[in-house]
Amino acid sequence: MIRVQREDFDPGQELAALTAGNRKVGGLAVFVGLVRDLAGDETVGAMTLEHYPGMTEKMLERIEAEARARWPLEASLVIHRTGRLEPGERIVLVACASAHRQAAFEACGFLIDWLKTKAPFWKLEEGPAGAKWVEARESDDAAAARWAPEEPDAAE
Amino acid sequence: MKLLYFAWLRAKTGVAVEEVTPPGEVATVGDLLAWLKGRGPGYAEALADLQVVRVAVNQEYADPDQPVGPDDEVALFPPVTGG
Repeated sequence: MIRVQREDFDPGQELAALTAGNRKVGGLAVFVGLVRDLAGDETVGAMTLEHYPGMTEKMLERIEAEARARWPLEASLVIHRTGRLEPGERIVLVACASAHRQAAFEACGFLIDWLKTKAPFWKLEEGPAGAKWVEARESDDAAAARWAPEEPDAAE
Repeated sequence: MKLLYFAWLRAKTGVAVEEVTPPGEVATVGDLLAWLKGRGPGYAEALADLQVVRVAVNQEYADPDQPVGPDDEVALFPPVTGG
């Protein structure tokens, strides 16, 4: 399941609901992203997450489907917030449940790496010098590329 | 054709959404970007470096050679920075 929302979420409740009633789950891996108060050397007062309604959901659904095609998952969940967030606030949650830990860990890492480079979200940081759009990082591209092939067909 | 601009592309063009009717010779994403550049200083600045402009046609990532037509929704935005 994927969700894009302004409101905060409760990781404990989300994880409990994700695996409720499924006794095949032996491992649950989760990543929660938070707003930092530093970007490089600059203080961040807050950030605003913008997205492309429609395409964002579509890309998240596709990335989740790709994870479920690659790993034997019992359940998966992606929640991404939008709007203005302050340091310490939760931005994103990715959770994957599987019979065993390896699939859960790997799928979770894959989901957040692909989300960061493919899902249309943009961060506007408020710093001492004013507001600044965050630039994409090459290290994120490299992290996403670890999970190649990019297109399932490309492996043929 | 419906155009959407996000993040600093919206800030630089000063436009979030607009309907446009490009001339007939605009057949691809690349043609469209070249035509948009000539629509004013804001557009020229926003599209000065196409390495940092991503395009989606009908909510799918598109290359410069992809065809575009009057019924398409075309979005212009920077490389994504979510997560």
